[in-house]
Amino acid sequence: MNSVRNVYLFPYVLWIILCVVAPIGLIVYDSFFDIEGHWTLENYTKFFTPVYLKMTLSSFWYAFLITFFSLLIAYPTAYLLTKTKHKQLWLLMIILPTWVNLLLKVYAFLGIFGTFGLANAVLSTIGIGTKQILFTDFSFVFVSVYIFIPFMVLPIFNALEELNPSLVDAARDLGASAWTTFRRVVFPLTLDGVKAGCQAVFIPALSLFMITRLIAGNRVITLGTAIEEHFLVTQDWGMGATIAVFLIIVMALVVIVTGNRR
Amino acid sequence: MKQDVIIRFDGVTKQYDGLVVLDDVSFEMEKGKFYTLLGPSGCGKTTILRLIAGFTEPTEGTIYFHGQPVNHVPANKRQVNTVFQDYALFPHLDVFENVAFGLRVKKMKEADIRDKVAEALQFVNLQGYENRRIQEMSGGQRQRVAIARAIVNEPEVLLLDEPLSALDLKLRTEMQYELRELQRRLGITFIFVTHDQEEALAMSDQIFVLNKGKIEQSGTPKDIYDEPVNRFVADFIGESNILSGRMVKDYLVEFAGKQFECVDYGFQPNEQVDIVIRPEDLEITAKDRGKLRVRVDSQLFRGVHYEICCYDENGNEWLVHSTKKAEVGEEIGLYFEAEAIHVMRVKEEDADE
Repeated sequence: MNSVRNVYLFPYVLWIILCVVAPIGLIVYDSFFDIEGHWTLENYTKFFTPVYLKMTLSSFWYAFLITFFSLLIAYPTAYLLTKTKHKQLWLLMIILPTWVNLLLKVYAFLGIFGTFGLANAVLSTIGIGTKQILFTDFSFVFVSVYIFIPFMVLPIFNALEELNPSLVDAARDLGASAWTTFRRVVFPLTLDGVKAGCQAVFIPALSLFMITRLIAGNRVITLGTAIEEHFLVTQDWGMGATIAVFLIIVMALVVIVTGNRR
Repeated sequence: MKQDVIIRFDGVTKQYDGLVVLDDVSFEMEKGKFYTLLGPSGCGKTTILRLIAGFTEPTEGTIYFHGQPVNHVPANKRQVNTVFQDYALFPHLDVFENVAFGLRVKKMKEADIRDKVAEALQFVNLQGYENRRIQEMSGGQRQRVAIARAIVNEPEVLLLDEPLSALDLKLRTEMQYELRELQRRLGITFIFVTHDQEEALAMSDQIFVLNKGKIEQSGTPKDIYDEPVNRFVADFIGESNILSGRMVKDYLVEFAGKQFECVDYGFQPNEQVDIVIRPEDLEITAKDRGKLRVRVDSQLFRGVHYEICCYDENGNEWLVHSTKKAEVGEEIGLYFEAEAIHVMRVKEEDADE
């Protein structure tokens, strides 16, 4: 009996060790060495200098914006989806874009937002004239929200689906208006879905780097971009690893704080 | 008399996607009575409840509340509260907050809320459970919380949607007494939905028997049990022997190949009728002393009585409830009073079957 279970356990343990524990261990190990390969704590002291703190702040700020707008769009969308007749089909339409490679989608936006792209064509037609859309905060947040929305919609949709509809009837029956019913019954009972969605968006949004480079043209520097720079450009693996350690700690905290499910 | 009418349905029809669930239903309900909507699943009883509660609007017809049409009045503006079949208690709130929900919506003062909730919980014998989570409560307790949550708002009408169906038999019987008692103490109108005829007979002032979106019969439990208007009602309420027969003339009916005196009149001569005799109205006698001669086919001991299944020489089945035991295979006589025969008109659509 036990040996059978061990056989099933093997791939999981192997996966955890090779793809989770070992990489994290290597990152932590790397973070204690400087660019010349000498053991040091300097990376950590450097991290708490204004340059990196500003970067951290900006990462959090953009991750927050992306999460916020995703939620703002995803909740009503998920709510609407649960009310439609062919909800599985409409849900599939939302999930579908996630099957397309991230890079392809980002490149598509380069075309749409470019100087001679579709967005500017529309703007000039309605008389506003051509604008610089690419390489702005707006385009960065817009594309990120677009990328992340399915991950926000799904858990909220599931939470709404699990909500017993007679609870809504009960609230109305007890005199609650549609808004009060939402505020006091529907939203609190779907909060777990909202938390799961925020986790699924906020955490990856913290370490975005490709979109920052392509869409924001490195105007937006986040921790993700910094890690990329250190590993690929400056070759300062120690500093890059230190930032990664910091990000891992923050992500763990986010999961712990938002994760206390009932 | 008329000012006591609290709810009136006038030709109410309800369709869902073209499917008629309620077909031109009209009735009145008076203040302070215990009403039961009784019928098999899909008969439209829950739809009537949802229409009264305001969760749905009629396709045709008008619903009046104290003489005022309320078709378009939303649920939160009606003086009606509901006890749901699955109780629909808010899982994120404790017992106190569940009961207080309606009062908080009305922005009542905190101290008043405290008093009212305490009073409501006392009404349903749940003092001391204020801070319990709903998940920690048993089925019977949840039921009481649901009732407390509804009555704390002092509704004029309390709607109960099969609230006892999830409870075990013993608890269900207990709750039947409690609900009846509660209705008397509160003095408000109760509208109770059930498919359980015993429940309906035990608790109601008046029963509406529904079938296929229509009211088949309404009346006191005794009316409905003793004088069912047709085969459906007779069959649905209690166990019965239902036979086709012929009304020879007033006070004389023919069935099972014989003619019997009865107390019914006003039919066409030789009109086709259905007759009902309740199993407990049949008395076992010696085989030549009864009005019918039957052979015992099987017998079950039911505790209070024996349930005996017999067949007469024409092959009609007779169900007898008797405290006396019979022998399987034995020929016995069945005796019944003229009053025990209930003659019912055959409905046209039934006659074709």
